[in-house]
Amino acid sequence: MIAHYGYKDASGEYFIILDTEKCDGCGACVDACRWGVLEVGVDPNNPFHEEPIVLVTEEHRNKLKYSCAQCKPVSDRPPLPCVSACPNGALSHSW
Amino acid sequence: MAQEVRTTGEYWRWTESRWNDPDIDWRKAKTITAGVDVGSVSSQAVIMVDGKIFATGNMRTGSSSPDSALNVTNWALEGTGMKIEDIHYTVGTGYGRVNVPFAQKAITEIACHARGANWIYGPTVRTLLDMGGQDCKAIHCDEKGKVINFLMNDKCAAGTGRGMEVFADLLAVPITKIGEVSFQIDEEPPAVNSTCVVFAKTEATGLLRAGWPKEKVIAAYCSAMAHRVAELLERIGVEKDFVITGGISKNIGVVKRLEKELGIETLKTDFDVQLAGAVGAALFAQALLKKHRSAA
Repeated sequence: MIAHYGYKDASGEYFIILDTEKCDGCGACVDACRWGVLEVGVDPNNPFHEEPIVLVTEEHRNKLKYSCAQCKPVSDRPPLPCVSACPNGALSHSW
Repeated sequence: MAQEVRTTGEYWRWTESRWNDPDIDWRKAKTITAGVDVGSVSSQAVIMVDGKIFATGNMRTGSSSPDSALNVTNWALEGTGMKIEDIHYTVGTGYGRVNVPFAQKAITEIACHARGANWIYGPTVRTLLDMGGQDCKAIHCDEKGKVINFLMNDKCAAGTGRGMEVFADLLAVPITKIGEVSFQIDEEPPAVNSTCVVFAKTEATGLLRAGWPKEKVIAAYCSAMAHRVAELLERIGVEKDFVITGGISKNIGVVKRLEKELGIETLKTDFDVQLAGAVGAALFAQALLKKHRSAA
């Protein structure tokens, strides 16, 4: 499943996109994120999948533009820590 | 004269409804499952007996999620002789899903709407748009109703039922007539610019002051809402067959304008698609009950 966590408002689209087939719930991205945006838990959207996977926390889901801003300087943006930490390439950002 | 008070008209009010099948003898049933969808604006209960829909209820959500869940389920069961205790397995879904006191499990409305739409419209459904009271979800699913891709926007009220309720009240047109009234115009006006409900209302007030008839203002708002959700759908794409569930699916003013913008028609049904989430939850309850029983 491709899960889009985030929102779209008049200023743009802010989604963290997770491929749940690729995510093995290792939590490397959770450790890499200094802002506590990610967590490991049971997928609430798939009642028959009990293995833990990565989720975007409820707290940050509706403010990703600001939560992720620290890792996204306007110029010379370095690779995103959460995206680079994932060994399976399961994570991406829409902005 | 003594002071006189009276209540103002409430045009956002929509019809609550319930239904049951008197031909089903639930006392002989092997499985009785329920799906209870406590949404931000409306709550639905669907009770299934051996895989068939036995009773349904659809009413407004109150301030307490547990009470809303109990009220809507009791109302659906009224006169059938069945009580909540007779239900073998209940799944809660929607905004208040963790607050359904008699549910064994909570499943998100994303999974439940996809499963419900698959049951209501059949296995050809690939794209589903759930336009709820307080959020909007775009979902891709496979032929079994399993979610493949989803996107949910609950940050903004544009494109939601609540936004339409605000307009119904502002323009004094009953919410159930909005769709129809939005076509009583000579030509399609440009859409309202603001996507935010609060600012769209301000803009509409300005248009009324500028002499626009209310039909034209409603048309402009329906267009804005259609455009807004079309933009949201762009991210995950639209594949045939396409369906809309949730309260706004009953508003032809939005549905027809959205179909036109996307260049794709939605599947139609006589079934109350506001129940889709609860139907999906009742189906999940059935599968989980089966799993539970075989494990015991």
